[in-house]
Amino acid sequence: MANNKKMKKTTRSNLLMFGFVIVFWAVIQVVSLTGHMTSKLNGLLIPVCAYIIMAISLNLVVGFLGELSLGHAAFMSAGAFAGIFFYTTVGATLPKAAALVISFILGGAAAGLFGILVGVPVLRLSGDYLAIVTLASGEILKNVLSALYIGKDSTGIHFSLKDQFSLGLKPDGKMLIKGAMGIPGIQKFSNFTVGVILILITLAFIVNLKNSRAGRAITAIRDDEIAARATGLNLTHYKLLAFVSAAVFAGIAGVLYALNYSTLVADKFDYNLSINVLVMVVLGGMGNIFGGMIAAILLTILPEMLRGFSQYRMFIYSIVLIVMMLFNQAPALVAWRQRLVSKVKGEDRKAEEKVETADASYFEEMKSKSNEKTGNEESVKEEK
Amino acid sequence: MKKVLSIVLTGALAASFVMSASAAEVIKIGGIGPTTGPAGIYGSSVQNAMEIAVEEVNALDGDIQFELMFEDDTHDAETSVNAYNTLKDKGMQILGGTVTTVPCLAVGAEAVADNMLCLTPSASSQDVIDLGDNMFQVCFTDPNQGLASADYISQQGLGTKIGVIYNSADPYSTGILNTFLAEAEVVGLEVLEPQAFTDDNSTDLTTQVQACKDAGADLIFLPIYYTPASQILKAADDMDYDVKFFGVDGMDGILSVEGFDTSLAEGVMLLTPFVATSTDEATVAFVEKYKEKTGGQIPNQFAADGYDVVMTLYKACTEAGVTADMAPSDVCEALKAVLTSGDFSVDGLTGEGMTWDASGAVSKAPRGMVIENGEYQPMD
Repeated sequence: MANNKKMKKTTRSNLLMFGFVIVFWAVIQVVSLTGHMTSKLNGLLIPVCAYIIMAISLNLVVGFLGELSLGHAAFMSAGAFAGIFFYTTVGATLPKAAALVISFILGGAAAGLFGILVGVPVLRLSGDYLAIVTLASGEILKNVLSALYIGKDSTGIHFSLKDQFSLGLKPDGKMLIKGAMGIPGIQKFSNFTVGVILILITLAFIVNLKNSRAGRAITAIRDDEIAARATGLNLTHYKLLAFVSAAVFAGIAGVLYALNYSTLVADKFDYNLSINVLVMVVLGGMGNIFGGMIAAILLTILPEMLRGFSQYRMFIYSIVLIVMMLFNQAPALVAWRQRLVSKVKGEDRKAEEKVETADASYFEEMKSKSNEKTGNEESVKEEK
Repeated sequence: MKKVLSIVLTGALAASFVMSASAAEVIKIGGIGPTTGPAGIYGSSVQNAMEIAVEEVNALDGDIQFELMFEDDTHDAETSVNAYNTLKDKGMQILGGTVTTVPCLAVGAEAVADNMLCLTPSASSQDVIDLGDNMFQVCFTDPNQGLASADYISQQGLGTKIGVIYNSADPYSTGILNTFLAEAEVVGLEVLEPQAFTDDNSTDLTTQVQACKDAGADLIFLPIYYTPASQILKAADDMDYDVKFFGVDGMDGILSVEGFDTSLAEGVMLLTPFVATSTDEATVAFVEKYKEKTGGQIPNQFAADGYDVVMTLYKACTEAGVTADMAPSDVCEALKAVLTSGDFSVDGLTGEGMTWDASGAVSKAPRGMVIENGEYQPMD
């Protein structure tokens, strides 16, 4: 503990994050090697990894850039469809490892491209307007993918946005993407270690970006857009950087997710999923990557844990969500928790300061939480 | 501090997953379907009916005793796979699911890998049984419905110019239409350009009906569910378009649409395997029990399919000599052999003499029904 205190704050919290992921991986390995792994837990591992990557990447937009995006699932979808389309067609002829690596890269690239496409016109907006436009672009992509038919026969590849008949496939033809039915018959690949490696790559990228010059520019835009512009920052450039980076990782998460199931449909990636990921980020604390990861794990596992309640499952889930959100973010409860923590530590004098901080307005609280550079940082770190 | 707490809690969460399955003297049947959410009615119907059937089987006090474990999947593939894994942990030996098609494709792939017998009540896509030789259906495969409809219309001479309105975003609808069009060509029916809609624009279907009217259709084939079908009937009535309608099993339920004037459904024809108002002994008894269980609800076709799943499994387990201590994979092999043996047949609510071949598709005769005086009447 004493050693830790001497370390730079950022280094300490980064080490904790990476350490947590590795411990998480190790625990699962032990459970699985000792034969205690249940099918249920095993089946949840890959979705958990995918949602962790989603939460980390959305944090870049919501937590660090400070823009509300309600279309994050669309990037996941773009990545999933691009990656899986390659994986089931060309990828089937390649060695498995190569096919996988290319699928992940393609998925990320496709999502990044879609991110640029959406981001360039959309990032001129901010706040509620941006939220609505991202929501709409997500729905557009979902509907286009739901209407997309691609088939292949001896005469080549056919493509239609209308229906399966208009492809005019020969009898030897094979449907590759079947509209609302999406891509069926995916050769499943679910490997937890690969999932964890992807989480670590995402973490490494986002953490480095955050602590770089660009990252400081991004947080500066969040804190005061006018001041940031006045210092000569190229706002569009940095906004786009954050937005597109987030999209790329969402795309990779999409490929990871889709590989875990034998069928991929566009309907899965609707605004509900976007909002679910947003809830993970908000619950974990905007700008708090570690919190977002924990929230992603909790929110993926919780509905499955509550199966015992049968049809009241989602009802109880919502109540738990409200309670957790209040416990984590309500100013009065934050103050109470901080008092409790300092009492345990016997630092009464310091606690008074913290209480003052916590009583400040809710938004100030949120801001200070995610901002490494403010004076309140220590108190915030402590309560995590 | 909170970090430590979080880690401990997460650990506790993970630990609670680590449980071992217990042994039992009953054969454990799993069921998966949406019991909540927009598709909730389908899963609930199947669950209720399966519970009734299991009670009946257990009341026989024979060698075969069933335990039903039903899990909700909210019509989502990811949740459905989670539900499947949950059931596996609970010691499921046979899967009587899943209810809807897309989740069934995801779960089916898992069931194929585990060699778990999967007899779905209502996931009707051809892709479902194409997954593997452990996959069986109680409902008609979508293509078969299209085939039967085209044959029926042609044999009975129901129409000369046939319009089609279908849901292009629904695999059920496109699946039926595909083979309907192919078969119509074979039997020489004149089919007009199919009119499409999607779930997102299904509230006003006047344009599609108008297009059929303009083209001079005298019969409209509706391979869709009953909710949009009620819109179509209303639109046709509003424009004084006198035309016959022909539906498939998704049309079952048209008489129970809220706020729909059921007199518009007079004369609508449909091919359906189950009719709640029919007077045979088994159906009457089932409808009675179902009403009692659900507080007066009339069972739909999904419920009947669910009931037949359990009854088929009962008969197959008896013939195969399946016991409670067998591993799922052994149960699967035994049941597969019986189901595809050729002399195995079941008289269920949804058809007499249902048999299965190695593809997993059921073979049973569809019944043509026509709505008269607010009730289904056999057409022939």
